[in-house]
Amino acid sequence: MKRTYLGEFEEIVLLTVSILGEGAYGVAITDELDRQTGRSVSISAVHAALHRLEEKGMLSSFMGEATAERGGRRKRLFRVTVIGSKTLQEVREQRNRLWDAIAPQTLPVLGM
Amino acid sequence: MQNHPPRWADHLLELFCAPHLLEEVQGDLYERFQRQVGLFGVKIARRQYALNVLSFIRPFALKRKPNPYPFTFLYRPSMLRNYFKIAFRNLVKNTGYSVINIGGLAVGMAVAMMIGLWIYDELSYDKYHQHYDKLAQVMQHQTFNGRKGTERSIPMPLEAELRAKYGSDFKHLAMATWGGDRILTYGETKITRSGNYMDVDMPRMLSLKMLKGNYDGLKELNSVLLSESTAQSLFGSENPMGKVMRIDNKLDVKVTGVYEDLPFNTSANDLKFIAPWKLYVSSQKWVQRALEDGQWDNNSFQLFAQIADHADMDKLSAKIKNTKLDKVSAEEKKFKAEIFLHPMSDWHLRSNWEEGVKTGGFIQYVWLFAIVGLFVLLLACINFMNLSTARSEKRAKEVGIRKAVGSIRAQLINQFFSESFLVVILAFVGAVVLALIVLPLFNEVTDKKMIFPWTEPMFWLVSIGFIFLTGILAGSYPALYLSSFQPVKVLKGTFKAGRFASIPRQVLVVVQFTVSITLTIGTLIVYRQIQHTKDRPMGYNNDGLIMMQMMSPDFYGKYDLLRTELKNKGAIVEMAESSSPLTGVWSNNGGFHWEGQDPSLQPEFATIWVTHDFGKTVGWQFKEGRDFSRDFSTDTAAIVINEAAVKFMGIKNPVGKVVQWGQGKDAEYFTIVGVIKDMLMESPYEPVKQTIYMMNYENVNWMTMKLNPMRSASESVAMIEATFKKHLPAAPFDYKFVDQEFGKKFQSEERIGKLAAIFALLAVFISCLGLFGLASFVAEQRTKEIGVRKVLGASVFNLWGMLSKDFVVLVVISCLIAMPIAYYFLSDWLQDYKYHTEIPWWIFVAAILGALAITLLTVSYQSIRAALANPVKSLKSE
Repeated sequence: MKRTYLGEFEEIVLLTVSILGEGAYGVAITDELDRQTGRSVSISAVHAALHRLEEKGMLSSFMGEATAERGGRRKRLFRVTVIGSKTLQEVREQRNRLWDAIAPQTLPVLGM
Repeated sequence: MQNHPPRWADHLLELFCAPHLLEEVQGDLYERFQRQVGLFGVKIARRQYALNVLSFIRPFALKRKPNPYPFTFLYRPSMLRNYFKIAFRNLVKNTGYSVINIGGLAVGMAVAMMIGLWIYDELSYDKYHQHYDKLAQVMQHQTFNGRKGTERSIPMPLEAELRAKYGSDFKHLAMATWGGDRILTYGETKITRSGNYMDVDMPRMLSLKMLKGNYDGLKELNSVLLSESTAQSLFGSENPMGKVMRIDNKLDVKVTGVYEDLPFNTSANDLKFIAPWKLYVSSQKWVQRALEDGQWDNNSFQLFAQIADHADMDKLSAKIKNTKLDKVSAEEKKFKAEIFLHPMSDWHLRSNWEEGVKTGGFIQYVWLFAIVGLFVLLLACINFMNLSTARSEKRAKEVGIRKAVGSIRAQLINQFFSESFLVVILAFVGAVVLALIVLPLFNEVTDKKMIFPWTEPMFWLVSIGFIFLTGILAGSYPALYLSSFQPVKVLKGTFKAGRFASIPRQVLVVVQFTVSITLTIGTLIVYRQIQHTKDRPMGYNNDGLIMMQMMSPDFYGKYDLLRTELKNKGAIVEMAESSSPLTGVWSNNGGFHWEGQDPSLQPEFATIWVTHDFGKTVGWQFKEGRDFSRDFSTDTAAIVINEAAVKFMGIKNPVGKVVQWGQGKDAEYFTIVGVIKDMLMESPYEPVKQTIYMMNYENVNWMTMKLNPMRSASESVAMIEATFKKHLPAAPFDYKFVDQEFGKKFQSEERIGKLAAIFALLAVFISCLGLFGLASFVAEQRTKEIGVRKVLGASVFNLWGMLSKDFVVLVVISCLIAMPIAYYFLSDWLQDYKYHTEIPWWIFVAAILGALAITLLTVSYQSIRAALANPVKSLKSE
């Protein structure tokens, strides 16, 4: 039960990093987030979240290659660590347990 | 088309973003930017970029990466000791700089301390009295010939009127006469002490500390309260209580109390004894009459008040405004008397009125010197900063090596700060020592009795605050800027102080010299004004004149006897008696009429009663007519007037004209027999008032004697004393030289002149000290350049010119700034004096030339030394 707390935004960022696999860095994550969730978030918010996640040990990072459009600057590429993936699993299982515990017909039916 | 992001945003980002994050953040932002250029165009992309940069101002981006190395103990005692050890070694190594730095700062701080003490003393004036906030003098404004004058003297019935009408607003009211020297006698002991006759409540109002007896001591008619020092000199070790003594050799009084002497910084500090007001009334016929007849037109007394605890000074002052006007006769109403309260808190510092409006007073000088003190301190601080920043550039290498060896930045910061603190603390110690040495001298110049405030917590608080402020200000440049150097650059030798590095230093030098030059011009003008006034024609000759107040009845009726005997002995050339001393006018009177008088003119004159020989004694100069003479028996009704009076009366050919004084059957008629040149008897800064000299042998208060110039003054005085002892054994022989008394009128101006001169001198000294230090620094910095120039053929004169030019330019700029400032303030100051000098143009030229000469002298020592140096020596090293 005692795991590091994961915020909602952090969880989404962590998931997005997993989706991107090898090519997860600031801009790519921001764009993917936009595509997947329709949320338009600022780069700085993403960077802050990535930084926090790295501090919590859920992400690891290394410097990737430089490109011309970046003015010759390198990217920082992120990868989900074992702790990160374990935490994501736990979150998911917990959600599933909670869903299972809900009696059928309890939730009001939406629309159709 | 610029398709790169805004520069400023980039710079901003580089400034705040933690270095270890900068690359990825900036890279992401650039990538995003390039894409947006393609999608939305450059303009929007640039704006987006800027917004994105701003959104990165968040804690995670601002936070620097923690130091991977183990924590260094910056504040361990051994480390602190090391900082100070190095600082001390540095000071000793550069003895010259250290002396200039510490000495200059110490002088500046000492000046600030002195001025601070002085201001504190001025502001705490009269605070000895417990009811300080509630005490006031009742005064009045009156309008004469269109000019509203302000006076302390009020009519006798005012007190009773105030009591009757506003009794509940006043706690106490006390009448008093004028303080002045009086003879006190007990047995064989005779002393002269200044004291006053005051109402019963006065000791209570002044909250005197009674050592013997109590506040009710003055209730008996024939009683007196003595100050401790007076009791001591009159009774010695005897108990004075209940002893009977005499005042002015005519009033017997019993001592009913002894009070602690009032401290020096109180307005009443010369109140050495207090006798009952009632005694004064009963012993002086004219005073008694003033009381019994309720004379509203006799303004001859003082009235002091303690307002009730609930009363407000300003409101009450406004409330009692018409107390007198409502009571005076129709004839007197034209003077528009306005009664008001002058609170004790203003007695010392704000006692000037112009047309009935308070215009300040001594407080202006307090502020002036506060500003001057601050400036001198500022000058010293500027020196300190200039020298330490100039020096610090030489230490760039040291910083490089320290860093290379492993010193972290915080250590360097501590190192530089401890150096500047060490200097400031040493300077502070020096300042305290200086202050202690100078204090007695300063007390003499300012005529004060100040002591060093060892036990005043405020003083220490301010001092510590100041030490911190100066230490941090002066230390911050080397500490924060130098410590940021990159060792590689510095050690490779590519480090260059920027082109503008010397600008702040130059600005500071200009500030210094502006202040110094302004002060110098100010001092010159103050002295010129004093000299100008001293050179003013006096209208009489005060060489060898002595005067003596006729303080007891013994003096009267012995005029002819004394005069004949002293003249026969050859002690004096001539003597006379008069109602006013030569250095003041004691009475003014109205009610004069003459033919052709302008009816709107209020005929008020200074009136002085003199004996026949007054003119011969003082040597007044006639413009027209003749002196009083014993050859004309009609001269008892003769008058002599001064030139100002002729102008005031608006008459031609005044000699022979008749002047009427008084109306109806009381009227007296006088004939003008002579017109004299104006005699300067009152303030030398004011125009001489219209004056009438009348003949009278009873209405006199002063004896004036012209010593025999054939003998020495001391010899003559000894002879006069012997004669006086013979004929007036009961009166103490107490005389004054007229020229000395006259000189006292310049005391306050001379004091200001002296202080201004001292401060100007110090300011110039401190500025030059700074310049000297800077010049030597510049010369040292340019040693190589000078060497090369010399090798290529520059003469010593060339080099001297080159090195001095920079400083001369700065000083010329300072002159240009200082002149209008000085002109503005000084012409303002001079306006306060009716008789004043002009500001001549040559003073400015002299100031400029003086400043240049001093600058060149200061700088030349260094520049000539540098120019004379052997180029081989300067070029061979390295």
